[in-house]
Amino acid sequence: MSLRIYAIAYLIFLYAPIVLLPIFAFNDGSIIAFPLQGFTTQWFGELATTAALHEAVGNSLTIAVVSALLATCLGMCAARAGTMAEFPGKRGITGFIMLPLVLPEIIVAVSLLVVVVRVMGLSLGNWTIILAHTLICTPFCIAILNGAFQNLDRSMEEAAMDLGQSRWGAFRLVTLPLVAPGIVSSLLISFTISLDEFIIAFFLSGNSPTMPVYIWGLLRFPDKLPVVMALGTILVALSILLLTLAEIMRRRGLARAGLKDTGGFL
Amino acid sequence: MTDLITLQGVNKYYGDYHALRQIDLKIRQGEFFSLLGPSGCGKTTLLRTIAGFEETSSGSLHIDGRDMRGVSANHRPTNMVFQSYAIFPHLSVGENVAFGLRKDPRGKAEKARAVERALEMVGLGGYGGRRAHALSGGQRQRVALARALILEPKVLLLDEPLSALDKKMREQMQVELMRLQRQVGITFILVTHDQEEALVMSDRIAVMFEGEIGQLDDPETLYRRPNSKRVASFIGLMNFLRGRVTEVGAQIEVEVAGLGRCAVPAEQAPAGAAPGDMSIGIRPETLAILFEGETTDRRVVRGMVDEVVYYGDMTYYDVRIEGVEKPLTISMKNLIGRPVLDVGTATRVAWDERSLVLLAG
Ligand SMILES: Nc1ncnc2c1ncn2[C@@H]1O[C@H](COP(=O)(O)OP(=O)(O)OP(=O)(O)O)[C@@H](O)[C@H]1O
Ligand SMILES: [Mg+2]
Repeated sequence: MSLRIYAIAYLIFLYAPIVLLPIFAFNDGSIIAFPLQGFTTQWFGELATTAALHEAVGNSLTIAVVSALLATCLGMCAARAGTMAEFPGKRGITGFIMLPLVLPEIIVAVSLLVVVVRVMGLSLGNWTIILAHTLICTPFCIAILNGAFQNLDRSMEEAAMDLGQSRWGAFRLVTLPLVAPGIVSSLLISFTISLDEFIIAFFLSGNSPTMPVYIWGLLRFPDKLPVVMALGTILVALSILLLTLAEIMRRRGLARAGLKDTGGFL
Repeated sequence: MTDLITLQGVNKYYGDYHALRQIDLKIRQGEFFSLLGPSGCGKTTLLRTIAGFEETSSGSLHIDGRDMRGVSANHRPTNMVFQSYAIFPHLSVGENVAFGLRKDPRGKAEKARAVERALEMVGLGGYGGRRAHALSGGQRQRVALARALILEPKVLLLDEPLSALDKKMREQMQVELMRLQRQVGITFILVTHDQEEALVMSDRIAVMFEGEIGQLDDPETLYRRPNSKRVASFIGLMNFLRGRVTEVGAQIEVEVAGLGRCAVPAEQAPAGAAPGDMSIGIRPETLAILFEGETTDRRVVRGMVDEVVYYGDMTYYDVRIEGVEKPLTISMKNLIGRPVLDVGTATRVAWDERSLVLLAG
């Protein structure tokens, strides 16, 4: 009984703030407080007309798409090498690749800032954020793709080569379709991670911020708070959608290969 | 019959591990050839070397007169049935079978006919549209066979193709594989650790131990004239006795511990046998228990039943004989009127010089 109360309290603590987002996003009043004032879509309308926001969203989308692609490519190489090949020092190398998973983002941010600005004398921009986001997303991609590649029978590729395909042909015709759900899942998750990442983006953005940094800037103006709530609502909806898609893809991949579920992110 | 595959002095190292040791092997056109040996002896490695999935460390491999050095698996005239069958789960049965025809210039309709023919050959006519991952073990194996045979390879390589099937299915597939091999006339190379399977199916068998070929012969020779103790004990059951060669001539004079002196024909001993200690092998079915009232013109020795194992059609007796180290295993058919003896019964055992095999060591 007490365990159930604890569980419920935990869930409230976890999700109440998120539930508040849509409530106040549609509340007709610029002060975030109960009682609610009535229903409005005014804040969403304001979103649509803010040019600075559009620029920030543009930056964020570009960064998220490019980092997702890069991280997934890297993840694929690492996962394939890690599960299908044997080479000296494999354990150590895999360990180091997975390290950014537990490395505080602020360390990644500061060290990259120092390297780019001080050591290399370059100026910041979207590309610096892409670099850092690729770095933090890659371990997630590897974790997801490792699962996909581990489930793959090694002799599948060999069978394809035995039947006349080149190495690349075997990869393209057999391996790729079999790990495709994993790839989609990896793209979606790294896209999501990059899209709402703040610390790195804050440190490394040039003069044009990403969306989370822009939102943070808005918070200094209390009357803009409902707009932030509206934006947050959209983001939550989008994140849930993407993560659900990612999980569906992962499960479909297992089903396609005729395998049992061995856990995942959701 | 001409030689299709020739291996000369093939060695294979995995790091320091010597997986194949100086393999010399000739496999003939159109034969059913088996690689037999205990787990880890290098059978799969040898098969994969022929298929082109493993490089040799030294030595040469020729298939159909062509040197295979630097020729990758997709350019060799071999096809393989993998132990796991490696059926592509994202493709249908028909697409799996048609996979090897991708680079074939023939038209669509013609390819479809070839696929249907291949499926019919393995007894899966009309299965082309099925999802591959919903098939049973036996059906997967047939798909794998059809997929390999549709390319009309010179050699079909099979790595323990029957080990994943239950006993009934396995026996059925043994017969089907033999029929299929006769029908297509392609050289089959089968890897197995099941000696019975190898004896039943093969024209010739290479018995491997620790990366070497211990003996290469047809099943009957392998069974009746094993050339070493390890081959003799790996294939079927064999009793080993101590013996001493006293004289070598047209016949070989041997003193067999517990059985006495006898003369055996020279072909039952290894070439160049010399006086000295040797092992003597006797198969259980070449010994016989003499039941009450039975007589024989063979040699007879007295013993006592030590163990009885009843199999229905056969009974295996272990019989203790004075002067013989271990009780001799004797298999007897349970013919009408023949009793099953109890442990401790005194009995007579008939044996024959013609069934002795002299082995070094
Ligand atoms: N890729 C590899 N790297 C290192 N050692 C290997 C490799 N492949 C095989 N070996 C070793 O070579 C030896 C022979 O292996 P192989 O698979 O050929 O045996 P096998 O006769 O097919 O055995 P089984 O009946 O168990 O399949 C084994 O000791 C194995 O550990
Ligand atoms: Mg093997």
